[in-house]
Amino acid sequence: MTMTEQAPMISMELMGKHYSVPSGLTIMAAIEYAGYKLVRGAGCRGGFCGACPTLYRRDDSHRIFTALACQTLVEDGMCLVQMPFVPLMTKPYELQTITPQPNTLLQHFPEIAGCVACNTCTRSCPQGLHVMDYIQAALRGDVERAAMLSFDCISCGICSSRCPADIKHYAVGLLARRIYGKFGTPLAPDLSARVAELVAGHYQGALDELVAMSPAELRARYEQRSFEAVADGGETHSATKSYNSPVDPVDFQDEIEV
Amino acid sequence: MQIAYYPGCTMKASARQHEDAALAVLGALGVELREMDEWNCCGVVHSLTSDNLIRHMAPVRVFARLREQGADEVATLCDMCFNTLGRANLLAQRHPEQIAAISATSGDDLSYDGGADVLHLLQVLRDRVGFAKIRARVRRPLRGLSVYPYYGCKLLRPAEVGIDDPETPAVLRDLMLALGATVVEGSLQTQCCGAYHVVNRDEVVTQRVSATTEQARAGGAEAIVLSCPLCHYNFDALQPQSGAQMPIFYYTQLMGIAFGLDPDQLGLEEQQIALLPLLERHNLVHAPTPGD
Repeated sequence: MTMTEQAPMISMELMGKHYSVPSGLTIMAAIEYAGYKLVRGAGCRGGFCGACPTLYRRDDSHRIFTALACQTLVEDGMCLVQMPFVPLMTKPYELQTITPQPNTLLQHFPEIAGCVACNTCTRSCPQGLHVMDYIQAALRGDVERAAMLSFDCISCGICSSRCPADIKHYAVGLLARRIYGKFGTPLAPDLSARVAELVAGHYQGALDELVAMSPAELRARYEQRSFEAVADGGETHSATKSYNSPVDPVDFQDEIEV
Repeated sequence: MQIAYYPGCTMKASARQHEDAALAVLGALGVELREMDEWNCCGVVHSLTSDNLIRHMAPVRVFARLREQGADEVATLCDMCFNTLGRANLLAQRHPEQIAAISATSGDDLSYDGGADVLHLLQVLRDRVGFAKIRARVRRPLRGLSVYPYYGCKLLRPAEVGIDDPETPAVLRDLMLALGATVVEGSLQTQCCGAYHVVNRDEVVTQRVSATTEQARAGGAEAIVLSCPLCHYNFDALQPQSGAQMPIFYYTQLMGIAFGLDPDQLGLEEQQIALLPLLERHNLVHAPTPGD
């Protein structure tokens, strides 16, 4: 696009004031175009940190829509507000002292029993997660499914801001993943062997040698590095392939429906 | 025979022994319960408020998902789920406009016309498998074991969703007779156990449980047999501590015993009041002898 081919301007309402901004901007870029300096509610700008939840309406619908400001383009007639963050209070827990039971998640988050299966959380999730289903899994003690279905959660909190039962979905998913990580995930066999070698001081000499090197020597060594062959010639250990679950946490239905 | 299966949350948490026993027993009868791919809580209690539609969203969503998954009937073990689903189904049949309103609240993602059926497992056993076939599968009849069938509410009331006569039900009696047990009956078989009063008025539950077990004992029963996980909890956890306590069985556990299944599949040690002493007294938990 040359300087003479300006993007058409659209009108929108940012936090209660009307602005005219170029089409094709993300919500976040439009906010900055309008002159705001974002000191909260902006982070990675790549859709991963969950810091920029946005609530908006369109002039052709009565509904509230939700999005991440860094991942969503502005639309003509949009009326939006940024949520700097969604407040969260949870009872502290010590993972080392938890003995997982079917009701562990329910005991930590009793409000999940108030889920009416309205699916508002799922419809609001910018990650396209099946949020209501992982809350339902948590409710019946299926920690593994709750962990798998919430795997791609970025804790933006939009689900929790929309829930009629005031559930703290992202905190429930986090505890499910922590419990599953500690008690359910298979251990990588090579890792425990390597930790044992480290504890036994097996690599102390090599480490001392590295510490004594100059930066130039270290760089040369780094560039010459090679990867270890796998002992039996098979594939390297993959935690996701070893999950005892029909759900692939990486690829499970996380396409965002537009 | 294959039937879609809606477990409900309780079967996965506090009533796992009932599900374990049911799956083992059904395997022995050649019935496969196929758990729904994705399901949510049934909503627990059917809302009687005519305009509080959000309370019906959970059971309606279960039916909508059932249809999406290509089935038009679903079996459940839990009396509470059965009752809530059945009454929501009546709502869908009688008031499609309310289902439309529910769907609108959920972003129009729900579609259900009331055309599916929910079956209690006892209906499957009585009406599809048949008690004659169950009798034929018995390897170790419950001879000499005297049980009091307890029905409670959710299996029978309201009559429009109940699976049996709400005043004089027979399904558990007939099942127990097919297994070779002796059946003791009484007027309190269909009395409510006190249900959720256990949360904050547990004396209501204790009084009812105590009256029912006393009636059972007076009639010569040695155990209660029932189907509802909430009744099971109340009878198992709130029976008076003083005096002899009466063991509480799920009917699936007694079917498993009578079928000669491995007791380890039947969750016999997962209740507060021990079941094994009574079964041992009747010589029902040792390996079946040839010709048994």
